Amino acid sequence: MENNYFHTVFLDADKCKGCVTCMKRCPTEAIRVRNGKASVFYDRCIGCGECVRLCPSHAKLASYDSFDTINDFKYKIALPAPSLYGQFNNLTDVNYVLNGLLALGFDEVFEVGRGAEYASAVTKIIFDQNKVKYPVISTACPAVLELILSRYHNLKDNLLNILAPVDISAKLARDKAIKRGIPPEDIGVYFISPCPAKVYALKLGVGVNKPYVDRVLSTGEVYMKLVPAMNKLEPSDLKPLSKMGNLGLHWATSGGEATATFRSKYLAADGIENVKHILDGLEDNTLTEVDFIELDACAGGCVGGVLNVENPFVAKARIRQLRMKLPATSSNILADEGKPLSYYVWEDEPQFKNFDKLDENRLSAMQKLMEVENLLNTLPQYDCGMCGAPSCRAFAEDVVSGIVSDKCPRLDTEVKNETK
Amino acid sequence: MENLHFEYEVAGNNFSQAGMASDAVKSTLKKMGIASEDIRRVAIAMYEGEINMVIHGGGGVAVIDIFFDHIEIKLIDHGKGIENIELAMTPGYSTAEDEIRALGFGAGMGLPNMKKYADVLEIESEVGVGTTVYIRVDFH
Repeated sequence: MENNYFHTVFLDADKCKGCVTCMKRCPTEAIRVRNGKASVFYDRCIGCGECVRLCPSHAKLASYDSFDTINDFKYKIALPAPSLYGQFNNLTDVNYVLNGLLALGFDEVFEVGRGAEYASAVTKIIFDQNKVKYPVISTACPAVLELILSRYHNLKDNLLNILAPVDISAKLARDKAIKRGIPPEDIGVYFISPCPAKVYALKLGVGVNKPYVDRVLSTGEVYMKLVPAMNKLEPSDLKPLSKMGNLGLHWATSGGEATATFRSKYLAADGIENVKHILDGLEDNTLTEVDFIELDACAGGCVGGVLNVENPFVAKARIRQLRMKLPATSSNILADEGKPLSYYVWEDEPQFKNFDKLDENRLSAMQKLMEVENLLNTLPQYDCGMCGAPSCRAFAEDVVSGIVSDKCPRLDTEVKNETK
Repeated sequence: MENLHFEYEVAGNNFSQAGMASDAVKSTLKKMGIASEDIRRVAIAMYEGEINMVIHGGGGVAVIDIFFDHIEIKLIDHGKGIENIELAMTPGYSTAEDEIRALGFGAGMGLPNMKKYADVLEIESEVGVGTTVYIRVDFH
């Protein structure tokens, strides 16, 4: 099952007990249990992190860059995700986090919450220009975007074609540093990520010609170093670094992006199974009364990402408190920057994938589907997972595709019991 | 070559289950590698048909036959039937009761939408006996 696809999650094989938890709950049926260990079809993985979240043995790990990579560049720019601020107990001022990052060795910070405000301003212009297909679907959650690119090709024209807040932040921060005379090769942009899907999207550079982010760090790992650094800060040390407004921070939680569009007919759904229901409905044309759809793979939004340390709902409550302390978002944000609209939109169309297809040839695919149906009719259809596939149908498809040649173990046992 | 054949139960008066048959058909068509625009037409036409079975037909059965170059969908119910098919095809015309309309259905666009997205739409109906809707969508 190893292939050239980027690996967002990997397995601690010693810890994996071969239970079926991750396999049964994977939203794209990308996991199989083989020889007692979970393995992933990486071409089907959307990086949502459900398996990392659910594994009772903590055997599933998300991939990200180690904090030690901070030494890879001379001039280091930290990009904290809005969800980072929700991780700290009793945080009274977001500047503690930003000053703490400088204390850890970063030369500069650029809040992704600020980048989100640019994204919201651009979204508003795109709506005003009316060059969109309704309902417009947000592309900010990389796991959702990946799901649409692989399964929901019909919704291509509904996708909001702007850069993700992290890419806007990285692009602006890098350009500003270069303008100040810092050699481009010295600049390292570090995103502090709440989720493995962002790691995947930023490594590959989805929607951009080349990745703007150099390293993707885990919120959890940064948190462990940041707390002691923040505790050492005296109020008098605090530089007023934050430029993020109330709406930018709201992006940390589900509904934040939608709120910032200032449209009344929006829908915001979170949790990957809920997202799938919405996308299925969109394909059937049933959601005609909304004009903007925000979808977050994680429950609660980005605060629910598996690289975070805090419970998503606790983090959400803290974000709400912190938002009240922030200034209102400037409505003039784009004019202040002086970049053309094209600066903020997709530089490159993301690639659609088709891993659903059973065969490149339609006739062969039909033949295989018939074999799947015939085989499925002989199976118990309990979807018990004993065979190592998430459902009897997935097992039948694996057999017909030649991935496995096993027999249904449950059926085998029952036949043996009956003949005793 | 024979065709792929499926039958799905469509429960009456259960809106939360409406669309399950069309989701299963969509999944099969994606596995066949059918073009997304064709899948969209099938999905919309079939979903509208399923909703009609829930609202008016008291549920029934969806019989699906997928061929190499087209799909045939038969939606069979034993509900109250349609008195005037021509009238039922008029955009905006609906016999749905107020409580159904309150749920956001019954806008009178079901059959017109099915006609718009299907290559062939045929309706046979007898009052008090039931309705059979035949939808054909050609693949490109």
